[in-house]
Amino acid sequence: MKFSESWLRTFVNPDLSADALAHLLTMAGLEVEEQESVAPAFTQVVVAHVLEVVKHPDADRLNVCQVDAGNGPVQIVCGAPNVAAGLKVPCALPGAVLPGDFKIKVAKVRGVESSGMLCSARELGIAEDASGLLVLPADAPVGESIRRYLDLDDTLFTLKLTPNRADCLSLTGVAREVSALTGVAAVYPVVEPVAPACDARREVVLDAPEACPRYAGRVVRGINAKAPTPEWMQKRLERSGIRSISAVVDVTNYVMLELGQPLHAFDDAKLQGAIHARLPKAGEKLLLLNEQTIDIDADVLVIADDAKALALAGIMGGEESGVTLETADLFLESAFFTPFAIAGKARRYGFSSDASHRFERGVDFAGAVRALERATRLILDICGGEAGPVTETVAALPQRQPVRLRTARVNRVLGVPFSAEAIASLLARLGLPFVQEGDDFVVTPPSFRFDIEIEEDLIEEVVRVYGYDAIPAPAPVAKAAMLPMPEDKRQIQRLRQILADSGYQEVVNFAFVEEAWEKDFGGNADPIRLANPIASQMGVMRSTLIGGLVSTLANNLKRKQNRVRAFETGRAFFKDVQATPVAGYRQPWKLAGLAAGDALPEQWGVAARKVDFFDVKGDLEALLQPFTAIFEKTTHPALHPGRSASLKLGGRVIGVVGELHPEWVQKYELPHPPIVFELDLDALLASRLPQYAELSRFPAVVRDLAVVVDRDIALQSLLEGLQAERPALVQDIQLFDVYTGKGIDSGKKSLAFRIVMQDTQKTLQDAEVDVAMQQLVTLLEQRFAAKLRV
Amino acid sequence: MQNLEQIVSEALAAFAATQDPDALEQIKARYLGKSGQITELLKGLGKLAPEERKAAGATINQAKEQVEGALNARREAIRRAALEARLAEESLDVTLPGRGETRGGLHPVTRTLERIEALFRSIGFEVADGPEIETDFHNFTALNTPENHPARSMHDTFYLQDEQGGVAEGVLLRTHTSPIQARYMQAHVAKYGHLDTMPEIRIIAPGRVYRVDSDATHSPMFHQVEGLWIGENVSFADLKGVVADFLRRFFESDDLKVRFRPSFFPFTEPSAEIDVAFMSGALEGRWLEIAGCGMVHPNVLRHAGIDPEKYTGFAFGFGPDRLTMLRYGVNDLRLFFDGDLRFLKQFV
Repeated sequence: MKFSESWLRTFVNPDLSADALAHLLTMAGLEVEEQESVAPAFTQVVVAHVLEVVKHPDADRLNVCQVDAGNGPVQIVCGAPNVAAGLKVPCALPGAVLPGDFKIKVAKVRGVESSGMLCSARELGIAEDASGLLVLPADAPVGESIRRYLDLDDTLFTLKLTPNRADCLSLTGVAREVSALTGVAAVYPVVEPVAPACDARREVVLDAPEACPRYAGRVVRGINAKAPTPEWMQKRLERSGIRSISAVVDVTNYVMLELGQPLHAFDDAKLQGAIHARLPKAGEKLLLLNEQTIDIDADVLVIADDAKALALAGIMGGEESGVTLETADLFLESAFFTPFAIAGKARRYGFSSDASHRFERGVDFAGAVRALERATRLILDICGGEAGPVTETVAALPQRQPVRLRTARVNRVLGVPFSAEAIASLLARLGLPFVQEGDDFVVTPPSFRFDIEIEEDLIEEVVRVYGYDAIPAPAPVAKAAMLPMPEDKRQIQRLRQILADSGYQEVVNFAFVEEAWEKDFGGNADPIRLANPIASQMGVMRSTLIGGLVSTLANNLKRKQNRVRAFETGRAFFKDVQATPVAGYRQPWKLAGLAAGDALPEQWGVAARKVDFFDVKGDLEALLQPFTAIFEKTTHPALHPGRSASLKLGGRVIGVVGELHPEWVQKYELPHPPIVFELDLDALLASRLPQYAELSRFPAVVRDLAVVVDRDIALQSLLEGLQAERPALVQDIQLFDVYTGKGIDSGKKSLAFRIVMQDTQKTLQDAEVDVAMQQLVTLLEQRFAAKLRV
Repeated sequence: MQNLEQIVSEALAAFAATQDPDALEQIKARYLGKSGQITELLKGLGKLAPEERKAAGATINQAKEQVEGALNARREAIRRAALEARLAEESLDVTLPGRGETRGGLHPVTRTLERIEALFRSIGFEVADGPEIETDFHNFTALNTPENHPARSMHDTFYLQDEQGGVAEGVLLRTHTSPIQARYMQAHVAKYGHLDTMPEIRIIAPGRVYRVDSDATHSPMFHQVEGLWIGENVSFADLKGVVADFLRRFFESDDLKVRFRPSFFPFTEPSAEIDVAFMSGALEGRWLEIAGCGMVHPNVLRHAGIDPEKYTGFAFGFGPDRLTMLRYGVNDLRLFFDGDLRFLKQFV
């Protein structure tokens, strides 16, 4: 909603500066989103009459003009191509300062004295047109300040109105609000009914009275549609951001801005029979004023005559029945369409209009005839002609139910003790009619308010006028109960911190990704697709975070960041009919990471090598503590089949880790394969309460054991075999070396273990230790065909 | 005894002349060894007359002590010199960089969310979470925003495709974190609804939200943090108190100006926008829109099964991305979602 301050002040004129007025509106919930001057600052520019123009003796493009700027003829040199004797133009006098701090002095131009400057609109900063002098109407008073003459000391306000405040989508609505806030009385336009001068009329039939319960119309005959729109009206429209089109259209727009009632003018010659407000017939189409042809949906109300649909009711008129400069007879429409009938319909056709914007929020259903009379009067004044009688059909209009407002409730909700008297005075200022019953108020909302249905709506009105700023902001009082702090759970913050401490940088990637990523990294050929993606490469919801991380890597490589360790926590999305809480969509939290480039940041004294599977596995083992996951060879669409593992915790697979599949390394143009992992976050949030185990007072015995086994034997299976059948005094078995190469047959590998043995009750004897070691060796020989390495 | 003095002075000179610990011990043997010169002199004492023996013995022992003293001093000096030499040898250029992994870091918005969570925990707020593919009901209807409500056009919503390629019914990408309110209230009522008076609800709910909007100041995915406090006597004044306190703590600025101005959200009433103005820095004196808030609308309470006559409460929604930008002076929202390590490493 855009309008000029000067127009508003014709209705209500509080003693406030433009800034103070803007602040007042903003703090009352009518946010002034933009505030701009009509013209930049300049001084001493007046209306001047060009008396005589002769060529400059020494310059082809210059003219020497005799100009009357109010104090008799002066000489001014002018280069504008359109200068001519008899014109009225703006003249900057000596001493004037124009926008851009351009000072005007008496000066010689190519040897000829010039006492001022004739100005273009651009030189005054009021328009872009620099093609020539700004030509003023012939009756412009010579010597009058241009700022006053063109009303340039005006400010344009743009309100960002919330959807509940449709009542402020007009000048009189804003004026009513300003009056309530300041206590300064507002003066509204006096609208006298126009007596019919002929009996031309059209019947109005409400075929869908729940959508259109009021329709008023009137024929105006014999107008001159080519009559110019008066300057003052053009200016007000222009300053409200509406282009002047023709007198009739301008009048309808003007009345809409003034009173908030959208109007429509039909060319009466194109109408047949009665006017209907009805639902469309099957297959009905309409060419709209915006040149769009639409198929009218069954639930969209139309205005029609006996033959055909003419307009989308409350949204936009039709091209064929619209007024043109040739129109002689008009049919003017002023109706009330219910918000429910209009809401969302224009958006469905991909546009919005001033009319639909107002109707879907709520237009004063009592104001239709008044607006029609106002528009009739203006059209008769501007275009001539004669008006027929108003034909109005009314069905069941919206009811305004009284709303009870309790003083105690106001105080409880706001936390401030208001007296009943204070509330009464605030309601009175708002112009809300009420009856007081003790400390209660029964308020009947006016027809122009569509946002007062319950007590809270009134509480908001009360506090709005009282001022949000005036409500205190104490620290609240509450029961000081402590929050639970389960020790067997970890917070996600802790996981993020562990990864960050291991060198990983957290990133946040979009949840919608390229469809190819889903296939490549998730093996998902049927992803969840967006119906209205912002771009095709953001078309599907991710089921894996790996694609985003690979993209993070690729983007950083382009920026010469060659060592990348990154992680993300976020939801992944899967189709799943069993899912809760949103049926059809499982949305588990994931934690995923990627490491690429050198194992360590480039540094002296450490030989550089690329990060590998076991570097990242170590990071994950640290992340999982106090639990130990079992890593098992696995296959995964994103990963190298020989270099990927699933992680199992408590028998459940909680994620994967591995080297990116060589195919994707090539496709995504990566110089080296990154190691990636993705884990179920919920599994990582478990922890455990530490449980003390008694320390042995007796020394531990440590022995090493090296065996040669087949290369294909997974360490995990060997360790599990040892753990399951180990002698009781064996406390711990740790692998400390893996060797293949010289001295070991190909197809074999050497594994070296450190065996820790201890008894809590006594010092171990060598003989016991030897027996235990022999048991382990036998176990390895029998179960895994191991050979003791000596 | 002329000889003795000479022996001593020769010994002292010989000790002083050597740098080498082995050589020193050999020199020692020449004087104090089994057949060293001083040892020999002591052996010779037996040949002297008893009356001479005592005086001569005293003189020789004195000389012996003198030589031993000099020897020990020399030994210590040589050890020290060797130690000094070793220390000098072993000295490092301590200005070389340390070795090992460097730390990564948290995303700047995570930093902000963690601070927000910690601040609200300190006054008894728990953290809640909810789905990002959300039902139309929870995202809109339960929040008093029925179909075709003009407020729905304030949110440009992402919808999903159904199996036929049309628009899936009843689901969307949540446009705000407010549906978590609705879900949490329902769960709270299910748990405590049988009590005469339910415990208070005090939660904050951070998360990612989605709107069809993408330019320098809008990202199609961004963050929000929702707050909700419901109890028997929670008022608009309390809302102002909590929010103003939070903002001053978050920005660590006691003179931060905070203002509330009327606004409209379907799920709160009265509703307010919250603006802040800093008293110093690049943005000094400008009012910056930072959050929306209000008293929970009675219809929203009713939808969750809470009696609005018995309970009142407030809700607020902050944009952590914007808070992060203001806090750290970041000027482009898109940096948060670009994964540029050069940017992210600044927040380690």
